[in-house]
Amino acid sequence: MTSLTSLTIAEARDQLAKKEFTALELTEAHLQAMEKAKGLNAFITPTADIARARAKESDARLQSGKAGALEGIPLGIKDLFCTEGVQTTAASHILEGFKPPYESTVSQKLRDAGSVMLGKLNLDEFAMGSSNMSSYFGPVKNPWKAKGRSDDLVPGGSSGGSAAAVSGYLAMGATGTDTGGSIRQPASFCGIVGVKPTYGRCSRWGIVAFASSLDQAGPMTRSVRDAAIMLKAMCGHDPMDSTSSPRTVPDFEAVLGQGVKGLRIGIPKEYRPDGLNSEVAALWDKGIQWLKDAGATTVDISLPHTKYALPTYYIVAPAEASSNLARYDGVRFGQRVDGKSLDDMYAKTRAAGFGTEVKRRILIGTYVLSAGYYDAYYLKAQKVRALISKDFADAFEKVDAIVTPTAPTAAFGMNDKQDDPVAMYLNDVFTVPASLAGIPGASVPGGLTSEGLPLGLQVLTNRWDEETMFRVCQTLEEAAAFPSLKAPS
Amino acid sequence: MSYLIKGESGDWEVVIGLEVHAQVISKAKLFSGAPTDFGAGPNTQVSFVDAGMPGMLPVVNAHCVQQAVRTGLGLKAKINQYSVFARKNYFYADMPQGYQISQYDKPIVGEGTLILDMPDGSTRAIGIERLHLEQDAGKLIHDRQPKQSLVDLNRSGVPLMEIVSKPDLRSPEEAGLYLKKLRSILRYLGTCDGNMEEGSMRCDANVSVRPVGSTELRTRCEIKNVNSVRFVMQAIEHEAMRHVEVWEGGGKVDQETRLYDSNKGETRPMRSKEMAHDYRYFPDPDLLPLEFDDAFVAGIKSTLPELPDDKKARFISAYGLSAYDAGVLVAEQENADYYEDVAKKSGDAKLANNWVANNLFGVLNTKGLAIAQSPVSADHLGKLLGLIKSNTISGRQAKDVFEIMVETSRDPDVIVAERGLTQITDTGPIDAAIDKVMAENADKVAQYRSGKVQLMGWFVGQVMKATQGKANPALCTELLTKKLAP
Repeated sequence: MTSLTSLTIAEARDQLAKKEFTALELTEAHLQAMEKAKGLNAFITPTADIARARAKESDARLQSGKAGALEGIPLGIKDLFCTEGVQTTAASHILEGFKPPYESTVSQKLRDAGSVMLGKLNLDEFAMGSSNMSSYFGPVKNPWKAKGRSDDLVPGGSSGGSAAAVSGYLAMGATGTDTGGSIRQPASFCGIVGVKPTYGRCSRWGIVAFASSLDQAGPMTRSVRDAAIMLKAMCGHDPMDSTSSPRTVPDFEAVLGQGVKGLRIGIPKEYRPDGLNSEVAALWDKGIQWLKDAGATTVDISLPHTKYALPTYYIVAPAEASSNLARYDGVRFGQRVDGKSLDDMYAKTRAAGFGTEVKRRILIGTYVLSAGYYDAYYLKAQKVRALISKDFADAFEKVDAIVTPTAPTAAFGMNDKQDDPVAMYLNDVFTVPASLAGIPGASVPGGLTSEGLPLGLQVLTNRWDEETMFRVCQTLEEAAAFPSLKAPS
Repeated sequence: MSYLIKGESGDWEVVIGLEVHAQVISKAKLFSGAPTDFGAGPNTQVSFVDAGMPGMLPVVNAHCVQQAVRTGLGLKAKINQYSVFARKNYFYADMPQGYQISQYDKPIVGEGTLILDMPDGSTRAIGIERLHLEQDAGKLIHDRQPKQSLVDLNRSGVPLMEIVSKPDLRSPEEAGLYLKKLRSILRYLGTCDGNMEEGSMRCDANVSVRPVGSTELRTRCEIKNVNSVRFVMQAIEHEAMRHVEVWEGGGKVDQETRLYDSNKGETRPMRSKEMAHDYRYFPDPDLLPLEFDDAFVAGIKSTLPELPDDKKARFISAYGLSAYDAGVLVAEQENADYYEDVAKKSGDAKLANNWVANNLFGVLNTKGLAIAQSPVSADHLGKLLGLIKSNTISGRQAKDVFEIMVETSRDPDVIVAERGLTQITDTGPIDAAIDKVMAENADKVAQYRSGKVQLMGWFVGQVMKATQGKANPALCTELLTKKLAP
């Protein structure tokens, strides 16, 4: 018999409806898996008691025929989402012990849909990072290991805890947030599906802000169908977020099975730079062939401003972050280090509370917004950002979707040299352009490297066209027949 | 007459620009639903947004946007249908987000005009540079605890309009008139209550001086947060004198922010230049640009009341008032409305002005009452003037009745009837009284007839006395003149 933790959300949903097991049994199975896999460090704050209580409520609703779309489904919540009465840290010392008196819109929606929160998932501090090494609560281990190597690998980041938990069968799905690739890159590293919807699909209310014009929540799951189910429950208009869209939310699951016949798939030449990892390039070619085999046509396209995306991102995101993180001042919540004066208290609190990467980005952001530099950096970056958006808008005149690799490499070792921040930033080179343009993007597991590590393919579509994105993702998923990790029995 | 400072080197002119922070009349804050009531207990009107909690997002209050547009229209200003909220970044314990949401290079209202009503009846146009919306900060209390400061976030997020004038003002007096006129317009519009004591209107004054005849703009100092019209005028006067002394002493005025100490009558630097902030303004990514169409503006325009300048012009043309009298009446809308009621009821606009501006305002001033608390209603005052107009009572009697009205708030008709004050306009009783007076004072009659016509006043007085003051004095004089004729 397969274990309950190995089920997809769709399977569990159907079997719960048929009463083949209870929500509490399903939750208990995951709580046990979490206990066994503590070494991954995927969770900062497990919430077993809350999980059991909610699972019981789910069972009651399942009994009375009032089940929601995710009734009884155990999920992990990235610790960037504020959860009422439950410690919310953003993986930072400065917020250690902070228990918000409110629930983020997205986690509330998931709760309203009947899902069960297993706990708060680890991440890079304030979602700044691509390896989950910057968490104050320690790094997360990737459940995957390279063939013939025993050292631990990073799960990617910033949603590293989410990716590890889903990939390692600790949760059926998890919330992530993606600012420059923080859902898609860890999904690629851990061999799962990660979806960043169109900017404005999900409310940002109650999510600890990193870069407001880029941050977007999304689902991380083990199947495309699960991502479609979960995203539907997460998004929708929120009057408390001025940037959330009033558009009606389509039934993403309903488009699955429609295939890609007749779709035009764009292949951007800028995503194949000299020196692109040959295994990554080979998988990309395979993906293109799978789509052709399924009846799509491919079109070579150009997104000419792609090379400026990374530097643009590393001006816009730190600029917004430098301002967004000003509220962590030790006055009202979180950590405080006393000082001789108000300014001294600020300085000491923030020096002790923030980690290196966060400090680096606050400094970069403060610099680019400073008098005399604003025009050269921030303003210029906004102009380039508009050009990058236009690249995509022009491309989607000719194609329905764009397919690229998700990340330039597979997961790297936790002990590999990581002292060059720019080298780390390059992890996001393929994901950042879509973030700047606000378009939806997903990563689907495509295959394994010769070392046996997962590689993802990225699917991008036009704003508000997640439906086409899901169709392409599902075709790739079927063709790839990705060999997921074996679920622990 | 221009205001000049006499220096040793010659006369100096003062150049003043004012920045007024006017609290928008609104039930809720600019970016949250928390209430804005004055005087509530500390930290009782604070939402998670106002407290800068993690993950909280601002949502603009549409009513405040309407109020800003309304104010812009009242200042005959350009309404910008596309404006942007920006973050002004700096650390302070009264500002929980670490930034103030304001508007920077794209304010909601652009250039406009405010007309000063000068005491001599002339007017002077002062340019408005811009009006923008921004949130207020909280309040720090330093004097309650020996080693701690207390933070009250009730004001955090309260909606403000910053209204910036051009450097067109030339004297403390003009600055005072500007503030009063601005307050008047805001109150007419219902966009700010203009209450400086409660801090719902605060003023920063930018002051510089220059030799008369020069057109340069010399270094200015900003005097922050002055909270009464009188103090603004005093602060400007002191600051301008200080500048003249510095320049004439061979020194240089430093551009800085200063505070006015009304006890000592001096300004002093607020923060040193080393602490000068780089606010790192940038568009707030949590808020979309503010956009609205012509119909939105037209809808607001259609609800504007008649504003002081228009009302003043109408009072001059329709009621024949002088510019000065009209200016006094329209300064407060309630006064103007009261006056118009009285003018209509009495049917005599000039008489109404005399009674409202002199008698009524005099009483209200003495008693320290606002017009809304007036013991004499416009209806009653109108009736009283009607009684004068119809010769029912004399002006002398009216003053007595008015005094009773002030004390009792009663209807003048009732007072007149009760006291039998009705003026005698029948010739019969007056003739009889005259005959009696003449019979009893034959010597005076003879004197009058022999040329001592000054005695007429004495005769009128006697007749009035004989009729207990009820005789119409004009009629008395007329009849006496006939009867005394030799």
